[in-house]
Amino acid sequence: MRLLANASRWLFRLQREEQSPIILNQRRIFILPTGAGLLFGAVLIVMLIGAINYTLSLGHALVFLLASLGLIAMVHTFRNLLGLTIQAGRSAPVFAGELARFPLYLSNHRDESRCKLEFQFDKLDSSSINLPERASASVHVTCPARHRGRLKPGRIILHSRYPLGLFRAWSYLQPDLSCVVYPTPIARPLPPPTAIAEPGSSRGNTGQEDFSGLRLHNPSDSPRHIAWKAVARSVDAYPLLVKHFAGGAHQELWLDWGLTASEADDETRLSILAGWIISAESAQLRYGLTLPSQTIPPDSGTAHRERCLETLALYGHENPETR
Amino acid sequence: MKTRKHAEPLERAAVPWLLTCALATAAPHASHLPVWLSCLVSGVIASRFWLWNVNKPLPSRWLLTLLVIAATAGIALQYRTILGRDAGVALLVLFMALKPMEMRWRRDAIVVVMLGFFLLLTHYLYSQSIPTGLWLMTAATLQTATLVRIYGGSQPPAIIMRKAATMLAQAAPLMLVLFVLFPRVSGPLWGLPQDAHSSRSGLPDSIEPGSISDLVLNGSLAFRVRFEETPPSNSNLYWRGPVMDEFDGRTWRPARLEREPVPKIDALGKSTRYELTLEPQNQRWLLALDAPAALPPDAHLSPRMQALSRHPIRARSRFTMQSVLDYRAGIEESASILKLARQLPAEGNARARALAKSWQEKHHNPAAIAAEALQLFREENFIYTLQPPLLQENSIDQFLYETRRGFCEHYASAFVFLMRAAGVPARIVAGYQGGEINPVDGYLTVRQSDAHAWAEIWVAGRGWQRVDPTAAIAPARVESGIADALPAGESLPVMARVDLGWLRQMRFRWEAINNSWNQWVLGYNPERQREMLSRIGLGEIDWRGMTALLSVICGVLLAAITMWTLWSRSRLDPAQRAWFRCCARLKKLGMPRHPWEGPLAYAERIAKSHAGYGEIALQAASAYANVRYGKGNPLDIRIIAAATKRLPNNWRFT
Repeated sequence: MRLLANASRWLFRLQREEQSPIILNQRRIFILPTGAGLLFGAVLIVMLIGAINYTLSLGHALVFLLASLGLIAMVHTFRNLLGLTIQAGRSAPVFAGELARFPLYLSNHRDESRCKLEFQFDKLDSSSINLPERASASVHVTCPARHRGRLKPGRIILHSRYPLGLFRAWSYLQPDLSCVVYPTPIARPLPPPTAIAEPGSSRGNTGQEDFSGLRLHNPSDSPRHIAWKAVARSVDAYPLLVKHFAGGAHQELWLDWGLTASEADDETRLSILAGWIISAESAQLRYGLTLPSQTIPPDSGTAHRERCLETLALYGHENPETR
Repeated sequence: MKTRKHAEPLERAAVPWLLTCALATAAPHASHLPVWLSCLVSGVIASRFWLWNVNKPLPSRWLLTLLVIAATAGIALQYRTILGRDAGVALLVLFMALKPMEMRWRRDAIVVVMLGFFLLLTHYLYSQSIPTGLWLMTAATLQTATLVRIYGGSQPPAIIMRKAATMLAQAAPLMLVLFVLFPRVSGPLWGLPQDAHSSRSGLPDSIEPGSISDLVLNGSLAFRVRFEETPPSNSNLYWRGPVMDEFDGRTWRPARLEREPVPKIDALGKSTRYELTLEPQNQRWLLALDAPAALPPDAHLSPRMQALSRHPIRARSRFTMQSVLDYRAGIEESASILKLARQLPAEGNARARALAKSWQEKHHNPAAIAAEALQLFREENFIYTLQPPLLQENSIDQFLYETRRGFCEHYASAFVFLMRAAGVPARIVAGYQGGEINPVDGYLTVRQSDAHAWAEIWVAGRGWQRVDPTAAIAPARVESGIADALPAGESLPVMARVDLGWLRQMRFRWEAINNSWNQWVLGYNPERQREMLSRIGLGEIDWRGMTALLSVICGVLLAAITMWTLWSRSRLDPAQRAWFRCCARLKKLGMPRHPWEGPLAYAERIAKSHAGYGEIALQAASAYANVRYGKGNPLDIRIIAAATKRLPNNWRFT
């Protein structure tokens, strides 16, 4: 078994991780006939026997034409992959149970289009793409993210049966791919806020209570605060305006590992924390995270949310700060 | 693995392609399939198209099974078997029409295309003409395009067709090599089904009034001849077929012979060599020019001087033969053959017998008796026509004294009857007379319309002598052909008519093309292959040599294709090539360019770190930037190249 693994590593030139961009050369493209190709061969043999038996000269010609077509198809299938340039992109984090999508950027330097390039991880669904001549495109290869942590999907199989489906050419790609998988959030009521900011602090002037004016929209603003009426008044009012509130109690929320002590299971506790982060963020609260190993001071916004979720994702697996 | 394959669904948009394939491969079979089956097939394909169009589900499996069983039973009833060639083809066509009805997965579609490829081959069982070839070429392109559609996803049809045509064009040279060099095997590998060679039109094996005149209306080809020297004159072209010597009062047929010696043929002149390409006729007759002198190895001469092949001619075949036009044959003819040549029915045709008796008393010389008969035909207002009145009992009497209108078989049969009644041994020879030289390629074409019947009488001391009674009534028949001999207004097939000059010219050209097709494409058999290879200078080469040569040439061709594949991989424009060369040189000097770095930024960085080369790098980079991003001209490329040359080639900068 080990011998076999070694042999296939040698044959298929499996490496640990490859530098991007990957350019497919002839040494890493493999090709074998498909089931349809074998059927085609069998049909050709029967046809040849028929042509000989009935001395059909044109039958010979037809069989030879189709046989040559098969060989030409092999070259075309091979060529469909040859010289393709592939660059791996960064994948966006997902929650466990969702599909992780790994983007690959492809470029075709040839004056011919490449059709039906199919990308997939071992035994998973494939995504296919047609690449026109001298063009670049991106394709997302998917892999279900089952557990929280850092998902290393392994090698990608790139294969193609274009144009005739008689042959299947394939290549193994091992770009450095990884995706952070957050714990599946569990919706629970938020814990009560544990701290109130001292009045007069600079942070205290944003709140939810009193309308104080309009300001430009930031991507982190909740859509509920967009001044839709103002937008509707002049349709080309761009950028969007957001209602700005002032005053009110500024609360600080600590999402503490200890608050989830009722659950025995660590994973469930992480899931509850993840659910809290999402609810706190959507309620536009300032929140901080306390885990046994580390503490993230209170803040709000998308970047903060992602930092917190990532910390949960990698909790117990690796230290995010070392990255 | 298996389940995944099953799960590959067929794209909806690929269905019309597949249906077109099914139609294109099945349609030409309509000419020989029973009408009900053609209707069924077109109906099934049309309803499948309708189902696709309105997006309805396919019929259930048991309905299809029922249809298959019913149609198979119909075919079995029609052909009385389901194993023969015709029945097999009918079944294939049926499956081709029904398979799309259960086409849900890609696998089913592949089966349809493969079945289509096989169905293409079966067309050649019926016709291998140029139009068939062209049509099937189109169908093959369509099928290839269908595969491209299935495996290549949605693209404009024109692009798909172009891809398929390109691939077939690329396959053509390889096909040519395979066609010429693949060692040919002659003959069937095993017994063919009974109906493999259904009977084809040709000379009848017995003669009665009307049997030849029916054939004359058939303009199809009988055989083609190429003479090695100048062709003999038309009146000497008697192509000898079956010899009839048994008469039952109405029909002449060859008598069954015991083992008889083959008569000796003495040549009086020089022999003529020719190559005869015979169309399939399902008979052993070789139709050699009268009288055959040298035959091909697989043939022999019958006791009645007819050239026979060992096996019935079921495919177009070539024979090289020699004949002598001037000959004496059968001077020492065996008694039993002469006895057969005197045989007459016991009674009937009393007036003809009486006439012959009177001639016998008048002359003792058989030649003089024959001359009496020919004179009778010539002087008594006999008419040569394709539409003679029907003859009843005592057909000879009725013809000689009442109707007096007839075709060659009437004259030959009346003549031979009279001769026998006068005691002269005589018999009927069927065959072809004349032919038409095609000025384009010099081949002599003999058609079914050149079918003819003549007579032979035996004269002691001189042997068998040919007498053609038709020549007495219509000399033009023998000298210039059937069209000139018939009275005006009698219709002949277009092919045998001589008027319409331009039409004739076109016909000659088309026939010459057809003939080369037959000779070089369809007739490419082991002998032709040997001939062809020795013509290219390969001399004696056996199948082992051919296989070796074949593999070498195919290998070279494939290697060439592969090289082309690998080479055309990266096609950079000249400016890019020059700039990359420059970058490579700089990298060697220890200043690699970062992949994200633009040319000018790169040059500036070099200028900062390696002052000595900054200026050169800057020159090359600005030239490249100019040609790439600005209004560059070809001169800039030279600037890059010149700058590259100024960089030291092999030493690291320190």
